[in-house]
Amino acid sequence: MDYESTNNISNKYDLVIEAGKSKSHYWKNIWRYHELFVFFAWRDILVRYKQTVFGISWSIVRPLLSMIVFSIIFGRIAKLPSDGIAYPVLVYAAMLPWTFFATSLMAISNSLIGNANLISKIYFPRIIIPTSTIIVSLVDFLISFVIYIILMIIYKVQISWHIVTLPLFLFLTILSVIGLGLLIAAMNVKYRDFKYIVPFIIQLGMYISPVGFSSNIIPEKWRLLYSINPMVGIIDGFRWALLGGHVKIYLPGLLISIILMVIFCITGIKYFRSTEQNFADVI
Amino acid sequence: MPVIKIENLGKKYLIRHQTQANYNTLRDAITKHVKKTRKKAFTIYNDQAKHLLSPKEEFWAVKDINLEIEQGDRIGIIGKNGAGKSTLLKLLTMITNPTTGRISINGKVASLLEVGTGFHPELTGRENIFLNGTILGMRRAEIKKKFDDIVDFAEVEKFLDTPVKRYSSGMYVRLAFAVAAHLNSDILIVDEVLAVGDIQFQKKCLNKMKELRSDEKTVLLVSHNMSSILSLSNKCILLAEGKLIEKGVPQKVISVYTQSYRERSFGQTDLSSAEHYGNGKARFLSIFMKPYDQNGNLLSFPLTGCNIEFMLKIKAFLKIKSTNVALIIYDKLGNRLIDVNTLIKGDSLSLSEGQEVVVKFNLQNVLLKPDTYTVGLWIGIANVADIDGVNYATSFEIEARRKDILYTNPFPGVYSCAFNNEIQICK
Repeated sequence: MDYESTNNISNKYDLVIEAGKSKSHYWKNIWRYHELFVFFAWRDILVRYKQTVFGISWSIVRPLLSMIVFSIIFGRIAKLPSDGIAYPVLVYAAMLPWTFFATSLMAISNSLIGNANLISKIYFPRIIIPTSTIIVSLVDFLISFVIYIILMIIYKVQISWHIVTLPLFLFLTILSVIGLGLLIAAMNVKYRDFKYIVPFIIQLGMYISPVGFSSNIIPEKWRLLYSINPMVGIIDGFRWALLGGHVKIYLPGLLISIILMVIFCITGIKYFRSTEQNFADVI
Repeated sequence: MPVIKIENLGKKYLIRHQTQANYNTLRDAITKHVKKTRKKAFTIYNDQAKHLLSPKEEFWAVKDINLEIEQGDRIGIIGKNGAGKSTLLKLLTMITNPTTGRISINGKVASLLEVGTGFHPELTGRENIFLNGTILGMRRAEIKKKFDDIVDFAEVEKFLDTPVKRYSSGMYVRLAFAVAAHLNSDILIVDEVLAVGDIQFQKKCLNKMKELRSDEKTVLLVSHNMSSILSLSNKCILLAEGKLIEKGVPQKVISVYTQSYRERSFGQTDLSSAEHYGNGKARFLSIFMKPYDQNGNLLSFPLTGCNIEFMLKIKAFLKIKSTNVALIIYDKLGNRLIDVNTLIKGDSLSLSEGQEVVVKFNLQNVLLKPDTYTVGLWIGIANVADIDGVNYATSFEIEARRKDILYTNPFPGVYSCAFNNEIQICK
């Protein structure tokens, strides 16, 4: 069978689906579906709080409680050093990015499986599903941030210009979630083990990452290795941005985290794109 | 230029077969399992290593399809279950990727492969309309504009703000279809979704689909309901085992389809394996059916208005006296349409032990519309005893008589009345 060249056809037809080739105009296509992205996020947020009595207050209660528990255990009982800042504030500053990371990673990993019925019946760029779940966690983040501001007032923490860099660190967190998340979500479709692996990693991660303590207590010779955990760089960054000059930032560590995150992000997106066409068959 | 051009399209799946093995010892079972797990883990790194796992068979769900669809065509897609119809739709709507070939599309495509896709049980009807509409490809502004129409169509205005999980199944389906019915696109692809809801609703859906005829919309419709295919489509394609085996005018393609699987509607049907009820003093052995035209010529299949001769062979195992033999014709919904029995003519049947008899019923001018009908048999004494009954003895299809009817699209209904008509202008 003799086809005209695909280039020729792309000019005449709006859409060409061909075996073995990725669809034309991938990113332009995603923009066409931006409303769907918003709707998925809206749906997830609504569903979260339907039929709950306490509703939104859960976003506040969770980080607050963790902060209290960690402050008592690591601050009072273990008496870990806190670089001259009130321990609760130290912990909460780390809880902000960590909670965001943990909840969005959990949500992303299961997002594709949870929407299996949509994937097998309707077409839309599959990348919309995992990325829209981040919005819900972002909303939680913003609410927790308001609580943080209250905490800062209570503990009389001084703000410095560092706080301007906060959006940058948030962006880095989002990047790492997207990278890791897309990778895991795509693999989860075929190998359902990740449903169990992810919560476990997050649980471990909460203790390995400097959430309940400052990363300054890690001895110098291990610091670089420790920074391979991307959340180390991010949490340090958040603390540096929010707590002014009290916390020194460990630059090599931060650089490693950034490089790793960018690598993860690119790998994640690439892997997702290469496997997304088969989701409907495998899910 | 065609709006959809399908070239050499094919979709292959791999079916894994389990290699059975008898485990003699627990140790064998464990080692076998460990080996399998090790192989599986390896495949995460190396997809090509899949061949290490159990053997697979290639299954072509769709193969070598070539088709060009012009704007304004309404294509009916028919075929047996498993012929590849849904796979073809999935390929056209980009849900799955082709293994071979190419599809070129011009225009916006909206697809309706399932009613209520994306409906979330926790959200209210109002919220779900927006969600479902967006999922199906409508813009938010568009949904707002059509919101009232959608609610009207679905008739759920009172329940708009209750979560959809509280809806009855009928309401759910009506709402889902209402959203889908208001889709606006150049090409609409529909997969057997019309067969939901009560009769009133089905009528509504059908009317709505018919409205599409007036626009320049292209529609692809998969259905098992031949009458919807006939009334909604102008061209038809037949799929079998993944291949396109016939395309053309709906009547022609449908008759090719029905020829391939239709039960022989004349000839002998042995009733020994059929389900009988009754005291069994006598039994129907077989039923033989022959259609004739008004001149007494044998037909190859029954037509509206033909004569049908049924011959029932009955054997008595014990002596029976003054019994009535009945033949009943049902439509496919189980409604009794025709009941002929010997008592109406004043005859009754008495047999001695071991006797065999053939009872003939000659039905004249059977004015049933083209459809599938089933035949039930009964012998007994009315209100006293059932001697033998077979609810489903055989079935047959009545075809339309082509020559003397100009418009062969079947209208719904059972009885095809002969009539004259006359138009008189009043002023």
